[in-house]
Amino acid sequence: MSQSAPTREVARRVFASEFNDAGFTFTESDDERAPVYLLLPTGESSNRVFFVGTLTEKEDVGEESEYWRGRIVDPTGTFFVYAGQYQPEAASKLRDLEPPAYVAVVGKPRTYETDDGTVRVSVRPESITEVDADTRDRWVAETARRTIERVAAFDDDGNEYARMAREEYELDPQTYKAAALSALEDLDDGAGDELAGDTAAEGTPANGEAATSDESADGAADATDSADAPEP
Amino acid sequence: MSELRQEAEAIAEQFSDHLDVDADDVEERLETLVDEYRVPLDEARRSVTNSYLEDAGMERDELGRGGSESVLVNDIDEDEQWVDLRVKLVDLWEPRSDSISQVGLVGDESGTIKFVSFKTSELPELEEGACYELSNVVTDEYEGNYSVKLNRTTQITELDEEIEVGDNADTVEGALVDIQSGSGLIKRCPEEDCTRVLQNGRCSEHGQVEGEFDLRIKGVLDDGETVTEIIFDREATEELTGMGLEEAKDMAMDALDTTVVAEEMADDVLGRYYRVTGPTFGRYVLVDEMENPGAVDVETALIEARSI
Repeated sequence: MSQSAPTREVARRVFASEFNDAGFTFTESDDERAPVYLLLPTGESSNRVFFVGTLTEKEDVGEESEYWRGRIVDPTGTFFVYAGQYQPEAASKLRDLEPPAYVAVVGKPRTYETDDGTVRVSVRPESITEVDADTRDRWVAETARRTIERVAAFDDDGNEYARMAREEYELDPQTYKAAALSALEDLDDGAGDELAGDTAAEGTPANGEAATSDESADGAADATDSADAPEP
Repeated sequence: MSELRQEAEAIAEQFSDHLDVDADDVEERLETLVDEYRVPLDEARRSVTNSYLEDAGMERDELGRGGSESVLVNDIDEDEQWVDLRVKLVDLWEPRSDSISQVGLVGDESGTIKFVSFKTSELPELEEGACYELSNVVTDEYEGNYSVKLNRTTQITELDEEIEVGDNADTVEGALVDIQSGSGLIKRCPEEDCTRVLQNGRCSEHGQVEGEFDLRIKGVLDDGETVTEIIFDREATEELTGMGLEEAKDMAMDALDTTVVAEEMADDVLGRYYRVTGPTFGRYVLVDEMENPGAVDVETALIEARSI
């Protein structure tokens, strides 16, 4: 089909832990205005992301003009979003929102290098909207699936971005698969709790749940290790 | 079998209804052109075909392609294919050119497609509401939209059965990640048969006009792999946002600004998941039905994730 309009960049689904591990950016052409892609450690290019999580803190970190920073938590870690005068809608959303709240964010990955040379990854939001718990759970399930699909395709012949990820990162894609599965399993437990209890004001409890279940997942991993030990 | 031989047999087959053509003769002619005169095969085929057309006193468009394929109209996605259709004539339009005998819409269970029949083809006139088998029509593409052209070789058989006509519907699902400009409270050109959206009070066809208010949303659904542009018309926009035209006008009036409407709507719908169904028009899906997929089925998601 003939398509004259430039194609819009797809919004990748990626958990915070993987997103924050991605420090390498690249372009596909030498054109000055060529889009910049963040290389995901599971082997995919990303010029845009979509995520849903809990806004836990917001702060105006600007000096002369407003510059809002938000911390948005998913089952694996924290996304940092920054919005200033060039993102007026997103900035005013951050100003108005009262944490904790479930928010959906569409935005562009940004990287910056700190004085000690570590690369930090953040999101420059195109839009921020307050959403409900169902939307958040659907995002977790969808992102788990997309992550596992990327890991499954990591060793495919001709997977150019996986090859790039192998060169640029020393990261094992299996970690992200494990994190995705455990996020999905927690969702299973969480859904049961929500049905049992009152669904109002999920923000804080959901966070608490995520934190505790992370711990218990770690605990479970330890237990397996020690269980494995005596076998041989 | 050599490539030349295959071409020769294909050409002989095309003329089988009109001329007594022997494949050996065709092959010999092709051979002369290709081997002796170094003519590329495409050009040789064209030249030989033309000489047989002349022998038979036929036009190029009268030539069948030896057994065209029977297809559904919504599956047509390639230019210049010879196909057979079983369709109902849904709508006849006013021809805009003297060379056109009939133009309109035909449809089958998969949807509808534009058809054109030219005066030079001297075909019998089709009747609105009747069902036909049309064999040997040619597909045509213009800016991503497909149509079919009837021609002299098209065989028209009226059918005694009723054909249900579908609406070319597609279903897409994803998160609504963007609302594009030209959404919310808009003004359309009031001229007859012109529904263009005004830019700063101007219609690109009729200039400065007193526009008529309407509601719509042009949005983008994204599932993490592909993006689809979708359009909610007034009815669908009202269903999606719960905001009616009058309410939108009041809101714009209070703010002395129409853009507040799109902003208000964006707040309610951006970042949510939707499943929408509707006909495709160019690169857009026009939303007829929409669903909020609601709570995720975690158990199914887990089973699927573990099986990847």
